[in-house]
Amino acid sequence: MITFEGVTKRYPDGTVAVDDLSLQAPTGAITVFVGPSGCGKTTSLRMINRMIDATSGRILLDDQDVRAIDPPTLRRGIGYVIQQAGLFPHRKIVDNVATVPYLLGWDKKKARARAMELLELVGLDSKLAGRYPFQLSGGQQQRVGVARALAADPPVLLMDEPFSAVDPIVRASLQEELLHLQSELHKTIVFVTHDIDEAIKLGDAVAVLRVGGRLAQMADPATLLSEPADDFVREFLGKDRGIRRLSFVPATGIRLGSVPADLELDEDTRPLGWRSDGGLLPYGTFNPERDSLRAALDAALLSPNGTAIAVDGDGRAIGVATRDVLDEALARHGTRPEKRVPDPDREVPASDPRRAES
Amino acid sequence: MNDEPLVRWDWIARNWDNGGPSAIRTLLESHVVMALLPVVFGLLIALPLGVACARWRRLYQPTAGLMNVVYSLPSLVLFSIFLSFTGLTQSTVIIPLTLFTLAILIPAVVDGLGSVPEHVRQSAVAMGFRPLRRLLQVELPVAVPVVLGGLRVATVSSISLVSVGALIGQGGLGNLFIDGWQRQFPTPIVVGIVLIVLFAILSDGLLVLAQRLLTPWSRARRSAA
Ligand SMILES: Nc1ncnc2c1ncn2[C@@H]1O[C@H](COP(=O)(O)OP(=O)(O)OP(=O)(O)O)[C@@H](O)[C@H]1O
Ligand SMILES: [Mg+2]
Repeated sequence: MITFEGVTKRYPDGTVAVDDLSLQAPTGAITVFVGPSGCGKTTSLRMINRMIDATSGRILLDDQDVRAIDPPTLRRGIGYVIQQAGLFPHRKIVDNVATVPYLLGWDKKKARARAMELLELVGLDSKLAGRYPFQLSGGQQQRVGVARALAADPPVLLMDEPFSAVDPIVRASLQEELLHLQSELHKTIVFVTHDIDEAIKLGDAVAVLRVGGRLAQMADPATLLSEPADDFVREFLGKDRGIRRLSFVPATGIRLGSVPADLELDEDTRPLGWRSDGGLLPYGTFNPERDSLRAALDAALLSPNGTAIAVDGDGRAIGVATRDVLDEALARHGTRPEKRVPDPDREVPASDPRRAES
Repeated sequence: MNDEPLVRWDWIARNWDNGGPSAIRTLLESHVVMALLPVVFGLLIALPLGVACARWRRLYQPTAGLMNVVYSLPSLVLFSIFLSFTGLTQSTVIIPLTLFTLAILIPAVVDGLGSVPEHVRQSAVAMGFRPLRRLLQVELPVAVPVVLGGLRVATVSSISLVSVGALIGQGGLGNLFIDGWQRQFPTPIVVGIVLIVLFAILSDGLLVLAQRLLTPWSRARRSAA
């Protein structure tokens, strides 16, 4: 767990970048710092690994004040990923990834073997190992940045807008992979972004900061969307809060009806379309085990008759949710979401409904 | 030099290795020594000084100013100044040329370190490099292309400036020019020019080769850009 206790950072020119910040980033969870440009996200992050020292207040790593630890030693135990990846241009990919193991004095063979493992873990072809950073695409470089940060298996990972320099499609896949990695590795991650959608997609807890470095609200994404603390947070969250919040409601609770006769199925009972006089009509499906209420609603909107088809992992129809049933589910979740305050020892559930999105 | 041919090959053959101090081969050897030692010394001095100037920026202005004054002095003036200390020896050429080299290499080292992208430096800090190791393993290696660029300029200009030393009797191949002018005999002049140019081209070529071998990552980056 990372604890900020009344942390203030005043730069020599008088700028107060962070003002009396107190919060906790729970062990094994992703805590996102989000806020407009200049609100002190990077400053807050860098105070954790002492690239910047706080003017007052304390930052505790578990129970130890980071100020009590020699900075290079502290940093070797904390992975760090930045926007431009910050790869060393003169080192091959494998050696870039092995940077911290080398610093820790591992022998070269072991460090490189570890680096190869990590390249595989982040989904990079092992033949890229011998290349130089400029020979990789932006998305690949960013993956190498993540692999490098993880090389010595640090319990804590700091990420400063790691995906904001790549295009939206690559960004989405990097986000998915981070969630996937996290479901296996359970690192304590502090992730900085100015993109609220990214914060909501990745965060177990989201800390919204306002300019001047003050904490506006810290909550889990569903609570943030349904109960923004003030106008600043509400405005920052943007439109469609209601519908976006449904991403956090699993579709498991939806009462399914039996598959109606006018749904055409193939021999494996996979849906083909709704029968009508003019041929088959389009349909939408959701997987109640994996998807969110938002996905179920979306599936209903795709069908002309407003009925969403529930399918299993193999795409076989297992039931349907009519509009009435969905309305019922919405009514149950529309007003107050269940609180999902991150528990320090909680593991991210493998079937996190966010994962099935996009 | 009317009906004199431009090059008399028999003179070259006789004087290539005549055993005396005016043998072309001897002159070439001393030219190589007097041209390259200043570059080696210059690099050895410029590295720590350049690192210090990059680290403490306020050192840089006065250092660069002083170096520019030195560089603006005609080489002959510098040679004459040192003549009174070191006499008619090779040092009288080597020391001033070392100063000239410094005037090129200190800025090259400072610019080279300045060419290290800030995010690369920051991520080295964040990975847990201590300052000395960061300098040796990240910053200086990334600065190599810029430093080597400076080294090429310094080497070629050092090779050409040695000739001026002929005026104090220590000019390596430059002595051939004086010899040729005094005797109105073109062959030594041509031999001097050709050897100096060849030497410069060869040295520069070796440096380019070194650059390719040392910084495969930078050559490729340029061709990709
Ligand atoms: N070295 C510095 N000296 C003085 N002021 C600084 C320094 N670094 C940052 N600041 C100021 O502190 C404030 C917070 O900066 P910080 O980089 O933490 O913001 P940020 O939230 O990361 O912004 P962005 O989203 O643009 O990256 C800004 O007003 C910035 O101008
Ligand atoms: Mg920032």
